Amino acid sequence: MHDKDNREKIEIDLLIEAVRRYYGYDFSNYSKAHIKRRMAVFLAKHRYESISEMQHHVLHNSNVFEDFLNNFSINVTEMYRDPDFYKEFREKVIPILNTYPYLKIWIAGCATGEEVYSFAIMLQEESLLERSTIYATDFNSNALQKASRAIYSIDNIKSYTTNYQKSGGKYSFSDYYMANYNSVIIDKSLKKNIVFAEHNLVTDSVFTETNLIVCRNVLIYFDRELQDKVLSLFNSSLITGGFLALGTKETLQFSAVNSNYSAVSKENKIYKKNSI
Amino acid sequence: MYKAIVIGASAGGLYAIRDLLKPLPAEFNIPIIIVQHLSPHSDNYMIEFLNKTTNLKVKEVDEKEKIKSGQVYIAPPNYHVLIEDNETFSLSADEKVNYSRPSIDVLFYSAADVYKKNLIGIVLTGANDDGARGLFEIRKSGGLGIVQTPATAEASQMPNAAILEANPDHILNISDISKLLKQIIKEQN
Repeated sequence: MHDKDNREKIEIDLLIEAVRRYYGYDFSNYSKAHIKRRMAVFLAKHRYESISEMQHHVLHNSNVFEDFLNNFSINVTEMYRDPDFYKEFREKVIPILNTYPYLKIWIAGCATGEEVYSFAIMLQEESLLERSTIYATDFNSNALQKASRAIYSIDNIKSYTTNYQKSGGKYSFSDYYMANYNSVIIDKSLKKNIVFAEHNLVTDSVFTETNLIVCRNVLIYFDRELQDKVLSLFNSSLITGGFLALGTKETLQFSAVNSNYSAVSKENKIYKKNSI
Repeated sequence: MYKAIVIGASAGGLYAIRDLLKPLPAEFNIPIIIVQHLSPHSDNYMIEFLNKTTNLKVKEVDEKEKIKSGQVYIAPPNYHVLIEDNETFSLSADEKVNYSRPSIDVLFYSAADVYKKNLIGIVLTGANDDGARGLFEIRKSGGLGIVQTPATAEASQMPNAAILEANPDHILNISDISKLLKQIIKEQN
């Protein structure tokens, strides 16, 4: 059967297998529609004629691979994306976190760090940052580097400021950064308790016990099987009574660990791990 | 045999979509998937509004949800909608396309890839060019392309761009689009 679509499917499968075997990054349980879209974007950007040609360059040129990886890890994020989520988190979760002497927080798939600083600012305002350690992880080291540099384009600051205010921010957003020409740098003091580390949700295991895991808009790129695997990884990391925050369109509902959790906010996808 | 309808709309889209869906009967047995450009902070007003003013069941797209016939799906604010080979939805928060998320082109490309010639694509009113490339892709895959007559659209840029880019099979006003859809469904049932 020589059908063109089938050929493309074969090429995609081969490339994913090649990347897994040669570089150790496993995309085989990513959503197929997502993979197709990212491949199409990458193909157009590099003007390759086919995915087979792309595979050659990805395997033989580490710069191309790095770009391939950046293209596959979604680094589009913003500060206080979904202000309602942060607002509800402040109201319902912070008072409980406040009862712990010490907090370990895992922000998984943190990309370029916008969400990490959104959390750091919120924790600072609630006097929790001092006694927290935030583990901010991603599989993409370029993204992590950007995250730890904490320099962002000034173009987005206006919308971040609006988001911050809507999220229940207590002060002025400009208190937390210094503007410099076209960029802003986040206040260094916020970084003190943040640990940036490479971690791949697909292939790595639990590295610490946590009170809170934030993983928003990461699972949407995975198929159900991988979603389930990652959620059980989170489940083994969370202490009893710990919190899990997912993206507003993600849910625990269909996962094997669902019965271990109760919803703190159905709308904003905040869950609490029950004692068994 | 058409298996799905995808619709893209921007400025002025809410009423255009309502007018298009209103004449369709409750037993209209083919899924309709809609991208309407929205503010990222929109609530579900549009879904409530369409549920009240049409005969069809309207809901927001959920991640990994199985696509069912007789249902109208609306893309959630701030996410692109993709379709998997097994006719389930995937969502994506990756970069905006044509300054939009959700983007009509992203949905149309993905739908064309899955449904091929069994797809109807419709571009309605809007003040940008989103949907034009996607409609071209739908037609290239053998699907049917329909564009709202620009003069009858609240904003004519989007239909104009789609006409130029995709050379659609039909250029019709909203009530004639509804009639055509009803006729197509009647014939294939």
